Order: sequence, then structure tokens, then C-alpha cells
Amino acid sequence: MGLESNSKLVEVLGEKGRVSLNDWKEAQWAAIKIRREPITEEELYREASDFMSLFQQAVKEAFLSDIRDPVWLKMREMLSALSISRARRGFTPTEMATFVLSFKQPLFEALKQAHGTDSGALLSDVWMTTVLLDKLGLYCVEEYQKTREAIISRQQKDLLELSTPVVQLWPGVLTLPLIGTLDSERTQLVMERLLQKIVDTGSQIAIIDITGVPTVDTLVAQHLMKTIAAAHLMGAECFLSGISPQIAQTVVHLGVKFGDIVTKATLADAFGLALKRIGLVVIKKSGE
Amino acid sequence: MDLQSSETLQITCEEDLVRVRQATRARAVLLGLSLVNLTKIVTAASELARNTLTFGGGGTAIVATVHNGDRPGLRLIFEDHGPGITDIELAMKDGYTGGKGLGLGLGGSKRLVNEFEISSRVGEGTRVSITRWK
Repeated sequence: MGLESNSKLVEVLGEKGRVSLNDWKEAQWAAIKIRREPITEEELYREASDFMSLFQQAVKEAFLSDIRDPVWLKMREMLSALSISRARRGFTPTEMATFVLSFKQPLFEALKQAHGTDSGALLSDVWMTTVLLDKLGLYCVEEYQKTREAIISRQQKDLLELSTPVVQLWPGVLTLPLIGTLDSERTQLVMERLLQKIVDTGSQIAIIDITGVPTVDTLVAQHLMKTIAAAHLMGAECFLSGISPQIAQTVVHLGVKFGDIVTKATLADAFGLALKRIGLVVIKKSGE
Repeated sequence: MDLQSSETLQITCEEDLVRVRQATRARAVLLGLSLVNLTKIVTAASELARNTLTFGGGGTAIVATVHNGDRPGLRLIFEDHGPGITDIELAMKDGYTGGKGLGLGLGGSKRLVNEFEISSRVGEGTRVSITRWK
């Protein structure tokens, strides 16, 4: 789809064009100025000028409504970078799309003046540009979405990594403070880490603390029991601590039997027992 | 008894189980359920939602606030269109499992709530409804 012969689009965008960059900038600034913090006026103005000059270049070169064309490469790169930076700063998708879509108003105004009474030509120009700007606007939203998804998936991975540290409390005593949901993928990772660390440190005792686990259902219980059984096989003793009253009652009703697994209400209790098992006693300094 | 407000959640993957638990927890907090009762219903929700996913091949969970006279309660309905359960009595028995689990999910859930209803047709699916009164 190319421009009609009587199109004035290139003309209004040209050097002596009538599209008022200032008006557009002002309108943009007014739309998002409530959130002054994440963006400065200068920054917005610079972005707006960049957009307009890239738009001019692309239109001058060849007006193509397919924004995947190489003509639009620089524009796509610019919008993509803009979307990424705005997504990180917490802009909404609407604000993101408005950046592009609001360009219609000053552009249409200029076209109207350029075409005068020739409404047929005006309509054709308006239609061409509206299709194009809508595509660029949607492209922005898509890029924005991609960035957000990338952020979310990174955070999920972070959580998976973060919440499974195996900590050495004392030479020979390890603890695994579990926090949050224990679904299959995470539990697998947790189990492997603990067993590996038992080997690496030659620990005799491992304490699994579930203070931070809100729900212990049969699957979670099963995972815990398997981990503890595996630790036993490797010659380490495993205690379970941090069982809150509500979890204790729920587990009883559920019918889960932890059997001969040593359980303690708090991590402190379990640590005390661990010290005892490895033959250590905590003594208060005399005279204090 | 009227079904006051409710929300329907899809169960299609493991992350959805977290969503079901969170919705149940949020509603239980809203109702002012005690911490013990809250933990019980959330645990039952987790069991049944997992059954819906593992054995029913996915389905829906309805989390609703219900009233019995003045007494408010939390009702959860799990539905799937999976293979169904041939012998419900056997499935309810502790230690019987259709998979690799402990075999305590159904029976255990029943013990965690006040009301428990299960209906299933082979080839058509399963529906489990649980209620915990305040």
C-alpha cells in the first residue's frame, strides 16, 4: 500500500512542515505528568523528537504500511528500547501506546490544513496514517508485554534459587529453611541441594525447617519424608522443625504419619538436640 | 442456603494450584476463619485441586462464600471431565492411591472439613464439594 499521488503527508512532515512537535510534546507531557518521577520533561521531549524524526525519515523513504519492512527498522529499535525502559519503570500499557497514538492529533491537524477543501485526499491520508500509527502503537504494547513477561520469568527463577539455601549452623549440622510453596519442581531442587551439601560437608545432622511453609498437604509431606529417608540412607540424621500448631492439627486430620522422624516445634529446639547428638553442650560463662 | 459470592478458577497446571490455595486463603481470611480452620480448608483445597489436575486432567474450582442461617462458611467445588472414579468407596480409603501419592488425599480432605460430597461417573468426570463452617 503506497501513498496517493495527491498525498501531502511527506510535505507536512518535511522541514517546513506544519506538524507541531511542541504541541504534541505538551499533550504527552500533560497526559503523564502526574507521574513526574519516573520520567523527566527533557527525556520525554527527546523521545518525542526521536520518534518524529524517525517517522519523517521512514515516510520520506517509502511509505509502507507494513512495519516489519526494513524501512521501519530504526523506528522498531527505538520503540523497542523505549518500551523496555518504560516497562521497567512501571508505566502502564495504555501509557505506552498513548505515546504513539497521540501523534495522530497534531498530524491530522496539519494534514487538514494542508489539504484545505480536498476532503477525499485528506481522508485517504488520514486513513493511511491511522493504520500505520495503530500498528506502531500495538508494536509498542507487544514489546512492553514481552519485557514484562521476561521480568516475571526472571523473578520466578530468582525465587526458586533464593528460597533454597542450605546453611551450616555448626560443623556437622546443616539446616534447610524452607519458605513458600513446595511444589514438585522446587522440592526436587531443594532435595538435591540438601543431599549434595550433606556429602560436601560430611554433616551428620540436617534440620529441615518448615516455619515458612504455609500449607503441608500430602504431597508436601511425601516430599519431606522422601528427602529425610534419602538423607538417612546417606548416613545423616534428619530433623523436621518449625511445625506450627495449625500445621500439626492439619497433618493429624489428614492422616499423615511422620513415623519415626524426629520433629520439633522450633528450629532452636532442633538445633539444641543436634548439638546434643554430636556430643556438644552449651555452657553459660561463669560469673555472668 | 444461598450461594453468595463466588469465583471460578481454572486448574490446568501446577501454578494454578497455588492460585486455588491463595483464593481459598484470601476468602477464609475475609470470613474470619480461625488459623487452624483456615489451614485445614487450604490444605483440603490443595489436595483436591491436585487430584483434579492429576487424575481429572484439569478442571475448575469454584470458591464460594455460603450461609447457613447466620453461620457463614466457605465452600469449594472441584469439577473435572476426566475418566471418573470406578469405586468411590475404595478411593476414599486411606492408603489407596491411583498414582504415586500417599493415598490420603480424599479421605484426609474429608476429615479436614465439615461437609464433603463426592460424585463421579466413569467416563464423564468427578465433582467434589467441601464446606467448612465458621
